[in-house]
Amino acid sequence: MNNFTDFQSQPPLLEVNNLETAFEIDGEWHNAVDNVSFQVKPKQVIGVVGESGCGKSVMSLSIMKLLPKGIGKIRNGDIKFNGKNLEKLNDKEMNKVRGKDIAMIFQEPMTSLNPVFTIGFQLSEALHNHFNISKQDARKKVIHLLDKVGISRPEKVVDEYPHQLSGGMRQRVIIAMAIACEPKLLIADEPTTALDVTVQAQILELLQELQTTNDMAIILITHDLGVVAETCHEVIVMYAGEVVEQTDVVTLFESPKHPYTQLLMQSIPRMDQEEEVLASIEGIVPSLKNMPRQGCKFVDRCPKAMDECRSITPQLKESSPGHGVKCLLYESSWEQEGMKAK
Amino acid sequence: MSNVVDIQHKEQSPPLPSNQETLLEVKDLKTYYPVKGGFFRRTVGHVKAVDGVSFSLKKGETLGLVGESGCGKSTAGRTILKLLKPSGGRITFDGEDITNIRGSRLRERRKDFQMVFQDPYASLNPMQMVGDIISEPIKNYYPRKKAKDIKQEVMELLNRVGLPEDAYHKYAHEFSGGQRQRIGIARALALKPKLIIADEPVSALDVSVQSQVLNLLNELQDDFNLTYLFIAHDLSVVKHMSDHIGIMYLGHIVEIADKKSIYEEPLHPYTQALISAVPEPNPKKKKERIVLKGDVPSPENPPSGCPFHTRCPVAVDKCSTIKPELKEVKPGRKVACILVD
Repeated sequence: MNNFTDFQSQPPLLEVNNLETAFEIDGEWHNAVDNVSFQVKPKQVIGVVGESGCGKSVMSLSIMKLLPKGIGKIRNGDIKFNGKNLEKLNDKEMNKVRGKDIAMIFQEPMTSLNPVFTIGFQLSEALHNHFNISKQDARKKVIHLLDKVGISRPEKVVDEYPHQLSGGMRQRVIIAMAIACEPKLLIADEPTTALDVTVQAQILELLQELQTTNDMAIILITHDLGVVAETCHEVIVMYAGEVVEQTDVVTLFESPKHPYTQLLMQSIPRMDQEEEVLASIEGIVPSLKNMPRQGCKFVDRCPKAMDECRSITPQLKESSPGHGVKCLLYESSWEQEGMKAK
Repeated sequence: MSNVVDIQHKEQSPPLPSNQETLLEVKDLKTYYPVKGGFFRRTVGHVKAVDGVSFSLKKGETLGLVGESGCGKSTAGRTILKLLKPSGGRITFDGEDITNIRGSRLRERRKDFQMVFQDPYASLNPMQMVGDIISEPIKNYYPRKKAKDIKQEVMELLNRVGLPEDAYHKYAHEFSGGQRQRIGIARALALKPKLIIADEPVSALDVSVQSQVLNLLNELQDDFNLTYLFIAHDLSVVKHMSDHIGIMYLGHIVEIADKKSIYEEPLHPYTQALISAVPEPNPKKKKERIVLKGDVPSPENPPSGCPFHTRCPVAVDKCSTIKPELKEVKPGRKVACILVD
């Protein structure tokens, strides 16, 4: 696994600045993604962790510009891919980016494939869209891709239908489809959640292998901290649409700072430890409509909450180089340290 | 809880682990689903979902059943509850052979074993208020009980599982996934069962909520001296909950032992692979991962010999012909593999 510092000098592949994505509920717009900024460097694997409803999937849909029209929109912020502002592209131009530059794989391998077309047809569709390629060549390429993602007997699978394949095989087909045009960035939204552990291990291994052979960056969206620890270089922890902590993977697991991250880490049962009682986070994530407008959004569930947490909205600040935390606890100490340094 | 039962529970001091009595004993349990096909939709074959499963469960203990999808763990749970008809074998519950009991006797016994389901969204009736959902089993079994007493009991149950009292008059859709699972647990507790079969009770929940529900299940076990059969696919969750663990593959238990042995020294190659495949939340730890090839074969057409030999990294020629028996290799440890002695 590469080190965090290896990536710092490179120009970013994807840059997201102050992204705000809102949904309309009962005539009012509510931010599902609130002021999110991060960068992805080439060949970097970034993990986005959070519970359901934290905005991690909406964020990836915003990057792909796949938000449901009329209900969801990007209110603010910009998304730059290789220096190009995706915000300004129209549908036709965006279609050229989707699949070719940025590809996405989804959680449900069952529903992301069309049941009435053969695997070969669905895979070559992507190739025909982006390249001027003959039918025979496309078929050869498809067989090669299926082979690359570890499907045995690809010459036969190419003419089969999705229902003839197992869950793990379908996810391999989806990955083959995503890497067909050799994208520079792959957004994987819970790619292994629907799979069994032994199959999950196969798929994660495949993703890591493709990441090195294809020089591909990956945004891995997941709720499984184990998956993050094993595959990612850098991690973004999201809560209620905001980034609450962001750092490299080793630092995050060794010294998590935000109370939410800390509790999240303590609430999972571990294989290598014995614990009597698991930590739990009281309550649930507030719904979009009931989200506090002011102060920290985690305040009602936070064991370390102070009075100020309700009135002062914390900012994502570096508590140490490369370690961003959005919590008042660290803001003050950071300011004090800054004062001392002066 | 009504006062009478409270006293009963207090009187039952938790028995010592060494001489606990067996609550559930399953011997060579088989559940086959018929496969219909051909002319007149005759039965042309069987899916051997559970094929010769044996284990015993002591009072107050938790047995975890782990395995990948399609390994028969849920079918095993449902067959023990007699929701499915066993095709063979024997189920002994609390000293009574319940394999073939029917009608009123089965109804009477059902009070003692209840189930917590996986999907908290599908397992609660959306047309019923929470109070009705939880009181339904009580009304069903004690039709002469006064409405006031039932309500009192339901309130205590709500309180015990950590739900507010006003939940009584709300509908299931007004609750989050974790709270719904609490409702499901309260319903399972309503008849004061001895055994609870929990089939993937937390797999639909977020991690922070998952830990709340796991902690609750553990507390309830101590309070009511419950025995759990805990079915799940997540090994770390099963390890947290169970005293003993059975690893299932294609309808068979391939290894069964206390949890410490299973995790520290797995003997069956499948157990070893399964444990090594779990991603651990520790980026610095490099583990030797055994990545299995291929998928689980279809239980309709299982491989000959050892069911695992098609994916087994250490399989030898004999494995495709000899079907290994689950035999005791060390006290309390049973493994079904011809290579383990």
